[in-house]
Amino acid sequence: MDGSICMDFGPYLLLASLEGAVQAAVLALTAVGLSLVFGVMRVVNVAHGEFFMLGAVLAWWISNMLTGSPLFGFLAALIFAPLIVAGLAAVADRLILKRLSYDPEATIVATIGLLYIIQQGALTLFGPDARPVAAPFDFRVSFPWFGYSGYKIFVILACVLVLLGVWALLTRTRIGLIMRATQFDRETAQAFGIPVARVYTGVFAFGAMLAAVAAVLIVPTQQAYYLMGLDPLLLSFIVVIIGGLGSLKGTVLAAAVIGLSDGIITIFFDPTLAKILSTILVAMILVFRPTGLFGTATR
Amino acid sequence: MLTVTDIDCFYGDVQVLRQFSLSAASGEILCLLGRNGAGKTTALKAIMGLVPPRSGSVVVDDVDLTKLPAHAAPKYGLGYVPQGRRLFSELTVAENIEIGLMATGQGKPTRDRVLDLFPVLRERLSQVSGKLSGGEQQMLAMARALCTEPNVLLMDEPTEGLQPSMIAKIREVVVALKQTGVAVVLVEQRVDAVLPVADHVAFIENGMNRETVPVQQLRDDPSLLHRYVGI
Ligand SMILES: Nc1ncnc2c1ncn2[C@@H]1O[C@H](COP(=O)(O)OP(=O)(O)OP(=O)(O)O)[C@@H](O)[C@H]1O
Ligand SMILES: [Mg+2]
Repeated sequence: MDGSICMDFGPYLLLASLEGAVQAAVLALTAVGLSLVFGVMRVVNVAHGEFFMLGAVLAWWISNMLTGSPLFGFLAALIFAPLIVAGLAAVADRLILKRLSYDPEATIVATIGLLYIIQQGALTLFGPDARPVAAPFDFRVSFPWFGYSGYKIFVILACVLVLLGVWALLTRTRIGLIMRATQFDRETAQAFGIPVARVYTGVFAFGAMLAAVAAVLIVPTQQAYYLMGLDPLLLSFIVVIIGGLGSLKGTVLAAAVIGLSDGIITIFFDPTLAKILSTILVAMILVFRPTGLFGTATR
Repeated sequence: MLTVTDIDCFYGDVQVLRQFSLSAASGEILCLLGRNGAGKTTALKAIMGLVPPRSGSVVVDDVDLTKLPAHAAPKYGLGYVPQGRRLFSELTVAENIEIGLMATGQGKPTRDRVLDLFPVLRERLSQVSGKLSGGEQQMLAMARALCTEPNVLLMDEPTEGLQPSMIAKIREVVVALKQTGVAVVLVEQRVDAVLPVADHVAFIENGMNRETVPVQQLRDDPSLLHRYVGI
């Protein structure tokens, strides 16, 4: 019998919570990107999961090109994969979304198209195989009852750090002020010298970049694969709907709840139950509180 | 100096302004009057580039703004107080003011001067602007526009829904601006509120120019008011 199954309930719950926290942290980062794009641009980006996938696949590609220490390869991936993804997103914004005048319905259809283009592009360029990415370091944090991956704990901390950075950017800087002004009233923002078109491109690129950062961080514990974008997309949607469209605080809280409960239910029961429960939760919220738990009515 | 010449504006296929023209010189207060739906707001938005004219020109100090993107307007001296205030209502008073300052890269001297004009705002800097009273919101909308240090100020029904003391305050600020050489275009429904400070009055009907007259002429003969505004 596997030793871990003989563990007491307490340590077992701790292990499940750690797994959940890793999920929650990565999910929060990914979903905040989606939420930001929706909040500022009113664009539902169905291709968001593909930016996540691209981040992971590029991480494999970059760290594979740089045969040196895994740490060096990882750091290069952490810097360049998100930048490449942001650049691609900026191009997609200029070539596609801008030409549709950011019409809410047309952009949904267009980003579905973008999803397939990116997916097929990744398949063509990088092949159909799942690729491992080496973790930059490998040590175990030993708890009295079990050892736990130090890298996963690093992932949690890194995500929290990036989220704090996003929060500071939005609330403490001029760029954040410009983004919020554009979000609340794009026409008046223009009348006050804000180049709304450039803000939109920047926000779309930034949202995609956050997904890519999340992917680079988590991919050493998974594998890079051209179809891996679907799960983060669905979970991000669930989180953004529960948290309230466009509400960052709500998004992060909802990610914590969904990620943690998903981790815990998955370990104690089974993954399918976890997915069923979060789907039911979304359905209930859509029925009883369509603006989400923390959202305000959109104007 | 603002010169608008023969602009045509559309919402989709519907033409709202037809060969519309207007001009306001430095230190002049031009009042634009017309009934609901006549196209007054559209005229101001066209000047700001928010509803780009399909033809005609909007020239400020020899620069044709119709060839520039909308966000360039403040850099060429245009300040805007929109109808219904259009504050960034979830942002604080200080943040709304900051956005005005950022538009043309103004700093603390401008901020101090504008806050001195509207002392109520100084007491409410950290308050969310959507929670201000109607009068305070209008003060903030004006303060935000003045923070861009405009040469031409466009104001769309600033007295809407305000009590007389607030209207008097707005008049006072507008007159002070006039004295510093700002050209003011004032759109109004409440004629009595603005006629005392106007130099010229332009009438608009169905998106077209009607008479433009010195204000003195209306004092002597109010029949134009009756015809175009219905009072
Ligand atoms: N965004 C829009 N889309 C379509 N039509 C519009 C839009 N805004 C205004 N209109 C129409 O254009 C015409 C002129 O509107 P505008 O707002 O310029 O009038 P106004 O003189 O400012 O009226 P009010 O005194 O009520 O503010 C009206 O017939 C109005 O219905
Ligand atoms: Mg109007």
